Amino acid sequence: MEGLDDILAKYYQSEGSIVSILQDMEVRYGYIPEEAVAWVSEQTGLSASRFYGVATFYGQFHLVKPGKHVVKICRGTACHVKGSEKISDDIQTMLNVGVGQTTPDGNFTVEHVACVGACARAPIFIVDKDVYGKITPQKAKKTLEQYMGGEGNGKG
Amino acid sequence: MGIKLTIDGKEVEAKNGATILQTARDYGIYIPTLCDNPALEPYGGCRLCLVEVEGMPKPTTSCTTPITEGMKVKTVTPQVERLRKTVIELLLSDHPNDCMTCERAGDCKLQEFAYFYGLRSNRFYGKRRQYTKQDGNPFLERNMDKCILCGQCVRVCNEVQGVGAIDIAYRGFDAKVCPSFENDLNCEFCGQCVSVCPTGALTGRIWSKKGRTIGIKEVETTCSYCGCGCQLNLHVRGNEIARVSSKPDNHNEGWLCVKGRFGYEFITSPDRLTTPLIKRDGKFTEATWDEAISYVAERFKKIIADNGPDAMAGLSSARCTNEENFLFQKFMRAVVGTNNVDHCARL
Amino acid sequence: MEKAKTEIIVGMGTCGITAGAADIYALAAESAKTKGLDVRLSSTSCIGMCHSEVLVDVVTPGFARVTYGNVTKEAIEEIISSHVAANVPVAKYVIAQMPSYGKTYDDIPIFGQMPYMNKQERVVLSNCGFIDPLSIEDYISKGGYEAVKKVIGGGDPKAAIEIIKASGLRGRGGAGFPTGLKWEFCNKAVSDKKYIICNADEGDPGAFMDRSVLEGDPHAIIEGMLIAGFSIGASYGYVYCRAEYPLAISNLKVAIKEAHERNFLGDNVLNSGFKFNIKIKEGAGAFVCGEETALIASIEGLRGMPRAKPPFPAQKGLWGKPTVINNVETLANIPRIIVKGADWFSSFGTEKSKGTKVFALAGKINRGGLIEIPMGITLREIIYDIGGGIPNDRAFKAVQTGGPSGGCLTAAMLDTPVDYESIAKAGSIVGSGGMIVMDEDDCMVNIAKYFLEFTQSESCGKCTPCRIGTKRLYEILERITEGKGRKGDLELLEELSEDIRLASLCGLGQTAPNPILSTLRNFRDEYVAHIEEKRCPAAVCKPLITFTIIEKSCTGCMACARACPTSAITGERKKPHFITSEKCIKCGSCFDVCKFKSVLKK
Repeated sequence: MEGLDDILAKYYQSEGSIVSILQDMEVRYGYIPEEAVAWVSEQTGLSASRFYGVATFYGQFHLVKPGKHVVKICRGTACHVKGSEKISDDIQTMLNVGVGQTTPDGNFTVEHVACVGACARAPIFIVDKDVYGKITPQKAKKTLEQYMGGEGNGKG
Repeated sequence: MGIKLTIDGKEVEAKNGATILQTARDYGIYIPTLCDNPALEPYGGCRLCLVEVEGMPKPTTSCTTPITEGMKVKTVTPQVERLRKTVIELLLSDHPNDCMTCERAGDCKLQEFAYFYGLRSNRFYGKRRQYTKQDGNPFLERNMDKCILCGQCVRVCNEVQGVGAIDIAYRGFDAKVCPSFENDLNCEFCGQCVSVCPTGALTGRIWSKKGRTIGIKEVETTCSYCGCGCQLNLHVRGNEIARVSSKPDNHNEGWLCVKGRFGYEFITSPDRLTTPLIKRDGKFTEATWDEAISYVAERFKKIIADNGPDAMAGLSSARCTNEENFLFQKFMRAVVGTNNVDHCARL
Repeated sequence: MEKAKTEIIVGMGTCGITAGAADIYALAAESAKTKGLDVRLSSTSCIGMCHSEVLVDVVTPGFARVTYGNVTKEAIEEIISSHVAANVPVAKYVIAQMPSYGKTYDDIPIFGQMPYMNKQERVVLSNCGFIDPLSIEDYISKGGYEAVKKVIGGGDPKAAIEIIKASGLRGRGGAGFPTGLKWEFCNKAVSDKKYIICNADEGDPGAFMDRSVLEGDPHAIIEGMLIAGFSIGASYGYVYCRAEYPLAISNLKVAIKEAHERNFLGDNVLNSGFKFNIKIKEGAGAFVCGEETALIASIEGLRGMPRAKPPFPAQKGLWGKPTVINNVETLANIPRIIVKGADWFSSFGTEKSKGTKVFALAGKINRGGLIEIPMGITLREIIYDIGGGIPNDRAFKAVQTGGPSGGCLTAAMLDTPVDYESIAKAGSIVGSGGMIVMDEDDCMVNIAKYFLEFTQSESCGKCTPCRIGTKRLYEILERITEGKGRKGDLELLEELSEDIRLASLCGLGQTAPNPILSTLRNFRDEYVAHIEEKRCPAAVCKPLITFTIIEKSCTGCMACARACPTSAITGERKKPHFITSEKCIKCGSCFDVCKFKSVLKK
């Protein structure tokens, strides 16, 4: 876990760094690896169970590596009244996975997000960093197809 | 100068910074609690200790609320009693309720409250947390579906033991107490967590099916493992130890280590020596104490006479008290006449 | 002097980007270049008209600023060829013009007189959509940082507290506690260190006021924190912002850096000897961290579990030191109040609710977006005059305010003035400003279940009533929506709700039952229909509805049969189709794709 030296150095002097260390880990690996937690715990003297408690508390952290593309369906109130539940159901059916799961080919992970604050464009769904507003189940499926097999979103 | 307030109409006085709960306890006023432990930081999680304070819009937890001058507290009102009952019902709705076979039946705070509030039926039902049993260690047994998330085990492990082997993970209904990445417990196994657990979630593995409360006699003794001399409370059934605890008003404040709490099998071990043995003709044979001590003294004298006192050396044990160790070095120096004396805990 | 250039300003807030603003921006740049036009292309943040994104403004020097809405790739080409190149606005895309910039055009509505705008009063949002949030120059040109100069120059920390107290400003995060009093408590606390925290953990689903302000006017937050810090005696500030708002965080980072370069932040602010630095802490996805004490625990790097109050953060907060926590909108009000005075601020609003309030209007509404109104105008004015009513000729059913802590108000309550007291009296809360409009197609039991699903999953798990109680509430609602409700369930919901409200540790649990209590009070019939008739009047709850094809109007286009995931729909081309109910999973795909309204849902 030598690769984590820089993350540790960044927070060595600052108090309350558990969340920040985990955030950096999440950015680096895409999830929170057990070995990384063990290593950082040893270096900092903070118990590993505390890191685990924090990592499982916040929705941002993954404990297993997510798929190549992360599909997030916004479940905010505006999105809910505009039919996001159905969009989520349809995407789950289409990819044949549940929320929080990854397709067997490792291509997609489906997640719910509480609200991205683009409520006037509801319903919203997000693939990786691309945000799509005013979607319908049909549009969502079509959009997802663009990410299948190919690399990008066709947006260029 | 203390702070004056009234609790249930009774005028009481306590130091600035004290909580309502501490003050009530000092005056013998009972407030029910599940997550409180006087030795640990207040938590405010179980909500059983809710009391009504005049001027406050809602009931407040007595374990976290500091007293103020002139405060008027009521610990028993229809409202707080109703809330306490709801809390217990909610806890029981997510509990195996297998008191019939539970190790802690009769000594379980949750069961006790269910009894006091007369909860034969429950308004609430729904999903229950179910976990598969883990751990291969011989000391601690975790039945986490009996856990009520009072957090005492986590706090004792952090605050008293300084180990941090466990913490609360996840949140909401899925919150659970576990080691990092939900692995098997890998700690000192001191069992402090077991000693504070109010339910059957944490118990001692070797205590299993050794008896609950019926036929149990409590015997106080001193732990013989080290010079700390922790006070033990042996729960004895017949002539067998069922489990070990310690009372908080002892000098060890009720805390024990893995040896004191779980290391008592030697008492009934067939390998245990009960009389001195002297090797005669290459074979150990039983002897009386007088015989044994005279024999040792005789041999000591002979060694000193033949080779001088510095041919002798004494090594004492950490299992002895300070006083015993003092006498030992005195014996070596003054009686034997050598400074060759040492102690295993010095290393 | 350089000749003034025509300006093209693209709205690049999150809403704009969601609608494709980045593409439009790139196209505008390319198009102007190929046409050889010398223009100044810039971006701004959300002006609030999210319903019309992408928004593009064009300013020809000496002429009014013209706002275009719903700008597509074709539209931007036309706008550049016509308006930018020849100063002829393209009428079909125009929304309005702003005369303050210069000569007006004929036949274009005036921005401030549009129904969407004329009941609004923009204080907090005054810069949003008008300045480049990445430019401290822009902020300063609008009078920015004058308030800080005034307060620090005056030298008396208590002076600003008195102004804020006199203004009547109350916390905009939800609870509505008087801001000046909060500062005063903290000012009086004796400690070597104090902290000011900006709560930008806007967790209410359906609310985006704080996001827009952070994205669009980050310097106002910095200035507000500086004034708060000076007043309470804090040298450190934290902005705790949701990680779901990446643009807000990056804009704020730029703003902090620029403020440092101009000596508004640092170890010797404006050479006055006052030290003030701001750190950004990114949230990690936990709604409960909007609660003050949970937020503090989160900044300390711990699980965001609330702590019991008292002691209050103003006495014992971050790292055990006195701490003031103010919401984004509250802080954005501060510089304006300092510059324009307490009387000016309190001239807006009602007797007990002073000033303006920003709302995020969304849901079943024609003109959704960000609005700012003087406290005291009615829900009807907001929904019908500003928001333009309900789309698709559907009937208004309810408006949900206050997010998961709030309640649903009915058509009969539309004339309720929007202020803290009146909304509370009607059975909801103003909250942080989320306002979701619902129509007759929304099931209120489903809405209550939706909120409880949210709160029980966001409960931190520390206290029993919230951890298990909200779960049980959710389960009861779940069984009601599945047609498994029983007699007595409504009473049980009420009893448990009341106990959770009274016994929970923090605001999350204490207010979690509100969506149930308000819908039970206002829409009890709907609950009863679910339980006793096993019927969902709004045709939302899947287990209680059936889909059938209306033979008369079915054209046999086969669209529904193709869309059906379980092949439950049979029928020949150009002949009426039929749904086999045993196979139907009630996904509603047939209903969605039918162009002839021939699928009946009931």
